[in-house]
Amino acid sequence: MYEGVIQHLIDELGRLPGVGPKGAQRIAFHLLAADPEDVKRLAAALVEVTERVRFCRTCGNVAEADECRICLDPRRDLSVICVVEEPKDVAAIEKIREFRGRYHVLGGAISPIDGVGPDELRIRELMTRLSDGTVTELILATDPNLEGEATATYLARLVKPMGLRVTRPASGLPVGGDLEYADEVTLGRAFEGRRLLDV
Amino acid sequence: MPPRDGAGPRQRPRYFPLRRIRQLPQAVRDNGGVHQYRDDGVVLRTQKLGEADRIVTVLCRTTGRVRAVAKGVRRTKSRFGGRLEPFTHVDLMFHSGRSLDIITQAEVIRPYGAPLGGDYPRYTAGVAMLETAERLTPVDKEPALRQFLLLIGGLRALGEEEREPRLVLDAYLLRSLAVAGYAPALEECARCGAKSNGARLPAFAIAAGGMVCASCRPPGAASPSPQTVALMLALLQGDWEAAGRSERRHRVECSGLVAAYLQWHLEHSIRSLRHVERA
Repeated sequence: MYEGVIQHLIDELGRLPGVGPKGAQRIAFHLLAADPEDVKRLAAALVEVTERVRFCRTCGNVAEADECRICLDPRRDLSVICVVEEPKDVAAIEKIREFRGRYHVLGGAISPIDGVGPDELRIRELMTRLSDGTVTELILATDPNLEGEATATYLARLVKPMGLRVTRPASGLPVGGDLEYADEVTLGRAFEGRRLLDV
Repeated sequence: MPPRDGAGPRQRPRYFPLRRIRQLPQAVRDNGGVHQYRDDGVVLRTQKLGEADRIVTVLCRTTGRVRAVAKGVRRTKSRFGGRLEPFTHVDLMFHSGRSLDIITQAEVIRPYGAPLGGDYPRYTAGVAMLETAERLTPVDKEPALRQFLLLIGGLRALGEEEREPRLVLDAYLLRSLAVAGYAPALEECARCGAKSNGARLPAFAIAAGGMVCASCRPPGAASPSPQTVALMLALLQGDWEAAGRSERRHRVECSGLVAAYLQWHLEHSIRSLRHVERA
């Protein structure tokens, strides 16, 4: 136990994900030893992020205004929407610089065992976006696990009457991995989704 | 023996004589064996832990319900991440830990989840089965072989196209309750034990433990139709032919009674039951 304010800082840091009591103590003492200007900048960034960041009213991504920069970008393809679980997934797909459409963040995946059903996700908002007929393709990029698959199946069934093109990113072997270490399910998926090598 | 290159004449290795090792105190000569064990089981639930780990709850054949950490499985390059998805029957190697065990190896025996991911009503019924199995095995590492075998049978039946998923779920719930000692009385009065002898028992009293006769009927007891009671009996006994002939309205009534009965006796709600969709 330390003096009041230091212990208070350690306790607060310890509430962050992935930070245990030892880690919190290390960070606290690092901040004490750091340049006061650096610490003030960090504190200002923390305050600023809580005050300025909100969720985009259209897609549910993190934004600094009512709409995120992707939804405001006129160069984006309005006919394609990529559905993801979390804002972190938007950042991951943006990194590949291949996708030029827009996103829709569900806020999770259907997980009945945790009490998360379709009503707890931003599915109603997605249906509203699809209703005006602008969108022609829906990419269901939920996580490649069982909950993500079930969410994608549920959405595909829901939008089927709209006549949209519904696609799902391929899943299979990771680049740079060894075939012998791939598990049976992943390897099975990779074989299901094999493509013609046109040379 | 020829001399080794540049090493000169070979030195005789120095060994500790065995009697000297035996004289050493226990703490010096032995660190204590690392306890590992192997078992096969069905993955019931996974929860995120830290940066890339998961806590995996498995219902094992001999060990019972085990909660163990699978390290790094959320990374794309994980060696066994895909093998530890819910519904998968896996052969596992565990390393005993202080609070939670650690999964060190995993091999798939049968991925029961593969046909469920693409079929939403089957998926929701399957999740309710997993949650019930977890609730009915509340104590860690207490063997529950019959619950394990019942779950395997239930998941196998759920993967078969011709069976309605909600019927499979209700059959599983009734039988798992029976294994746990909560079988509903359907052919005799749950209170006085009077046999129905072909006559109709008029009410289903959840708190009493099943059907009750007119004189034992408590206020507020449900009055299911005889066909619904017959369907519950067929599901409990595994008579799929009779169950398959039942009408939809009786199936709906049966599901409602089974869900209420299960949750009352478990003293806990099964969250996934609310999301189960009828095919």
